[in-house]
Amino acid sequence: MHMADALLSPTVGATMWAVSAGGVAICSARLCRRRDDRLAPLMGVLGGFLFAAQMINFSIPGTGSSGHLTGGLLLAILLGPSAAFLTVASVLMVQAFFFADGGLLALGCNIFNLGMIPALLVYPLCYRRLIGPAPGRRREVAVTMFSALLAMQLGALCVVLETAASGVCALPLGKFLLLMQPIHLAIGLVEGAVTLAVVSFLRKARPELLVRGSAPAGAPGRLVLAGFLVCALLVAGALSRFASVQPDGLEWSVAKVAGGASLPQQRGGLPALLGALQRKTAWFPDYQPAPAAAPGTATAPVMAASEGRPVSGKGSGVAGVVGTAVTVLLVAGAALLLRRGSRAAVPPEV
Amino acid sequence: MASVHGALLDLKRLDQLAGGDTPLHRLDPRAKVLATLVFIVCVVSFGRYELSALIPFFIFPVCLIAAGRLPAGYLATKVALVAPFAIAVGIGNPFFDRTLLLHLGPLGISGGWVSFASIVVRTALTVSAALTLTALTGFTSICRALVRLGMPKPFAMQLLFLYRYLFVLAEEGGRAARARELRCFGRKGSGFASYASLLGHLLLRTWQRAERMHMAMLARGYTGAFPAAQAGRFGAREVVFLLFWSTLCITLRFYNGAELLGTLITGHLS
Repeated sequence: MHMADALLSPTVGATMWAVSAGGVAICSARLCRRRDDRLAPLMGVLGGFLFAAQMINFSIPGTGSSGHLTGGLLLAILLGPSAAFLTVASVLMVQAFFFADGGLLALGCNIFNLGMIPALLVYPLCYRRLIGPAPGRRREVAVTMFSALLAMQLGALCVVLETAASGVCALPLGKFLLLMQPIHLAIGLVEGAVTLAVVSFLRKARPELLVRGSAPAGAPGRLVLAGFLVCALLVAGALSRFASVQPDGLEWSVAKVAGGASLPQQRGGLPALLGALQRKTAWFPDYQPAPAAAPGTATAPVMAASEGRPVSGKGSGVAGVVGTAVTVLLVAGAALLLRRGSRAAVPPEV
Repeated sequence: MASVHGALLDLKRLDQLAGGDTPLHRLDPRAKVLATLVFIVCVVSFGRYELSALIPFFIFPVCLIAAGRLPAGYLATKVALVAPFAIAVGIGNPFFDRTLLLHLGPLGISGGWVSFASIVVRTALTVSAALTLTALTGFTSICRALVRLGMPKPFAMQLLFLYRYLFVLAEEGGRAARARELRCFGRKGSGFASYASLLGHLLLRTWQRAERMHMAMLARGYTGAFPAAQAGRFGAREVVFLLFWSTLCITLRFYNGAELLGTLITGHLS
């Protein structure tokens, strides 16, 4: 479920970064208030545990495929939501830097999909509500499975939405949904079963460990967080529509022809900056000025108008290919020179 | 990820590269982190059909790898390992998007293929930039840089703790996984029951270890914060580095370097 940088537009990436950074800030502040010294090392090793656990695959019987634990819900049960969220986020960060799972721009999305949804959304709003103070075996099974499934489905849904909002990938939304959701239904089932098995194992082996996570958090904080999340989702939704329409540039060029700007310009801050950057993509693509959009352009395929450049121009295509080849040579040459230069600069080993 | 041990060795190798001693290694991590971010934002902000404009961006990772004397082949393998995901998602494009976009002589290239190639190139660019950053800087330094750029302390603490215990725990997990592999024949024994109890035991051991570590840290005077290492300086070299790469990336973002060069050459020929 790790997303990749290449599938994201900067607007979506930056929005999700902002959402995840907000989550990290809030959870950090909450942990500071709790002043439990023991928690920090514990979170550290549990992060390590999660990392190790994600590397061990299990085989899914009957299918010949395999999967691994994502662990957001498990950690939330053991540690409480804030600590679990920070732990998952830190694991994702290490994975982004060392294995490039996802990537730096996609880190915000991944933290949201894999960390925020299970730990801050599903655990407090679904799992803890439903499980009650002293759950029976059947209830525990049902609630854990349901929560794991819900977390997985929501995560997969967010992956689809973020990809669609970025508009880089041409997969139609419906087909992508049909591909993603059933697969993650299966993975969610296994995730729920593993979570359940580990929790019941711990309950038998060290029942005192499970007390910590069930300490109730302050209700107001939770409300604030929920409100924040809803706002963030709304902003993400609004911005992503903005992002998915904008790179096409179709409406932009139509608006330019009509002589009126139909887009609201009063957005401030980073999104506006990135939006402006993207708008530049649409109508000032390269060194060439965009050709005057004739009324006929509007009926042409979206792609033809998208970059605002003469798409069938032979010259531009050939120039692009030749330029690419020369650039590759130049880059390789620069690398060779740099390497030789630096080797010469190294003092001989003593 | 092939095996736990392989992954662990990989992790160590990438971090050992950060121990190098080139001018790039000695730069303040903040400059490198910021330059990489500018680079990534510039790369992904291109429209989906822009391909030739992306190629000049390879100058950034290639120069850093060369000047930092990093093993290029090893990094390329790591990039290739990540590629399948992007390919899996992007391979749909040629089937859904069949509009002809480019004509190279008699050959027509559809928009789907162009956007597919663009996705793959972008993946290669962003992934290699992230790996190069790690290999040049090291994870601990990146964390410190992020704290100084405004990341909350508890999260940084969590990252540093995680990084410290990662090797210990991953080794333990690897040992358990290998033991399970050796004791089960074919598919038998690799099923769900043994997996759950394996994870449970791993968790228990982890927890006990955490308690022991915490006692030991308290005994040595741990007060809730790591003492800060020597603070780096954001000097003239850092400013020059950051300005140079940001300017280059932003220029390449707005002017298609490859196409400019191409018209220059084709114009010269005709």
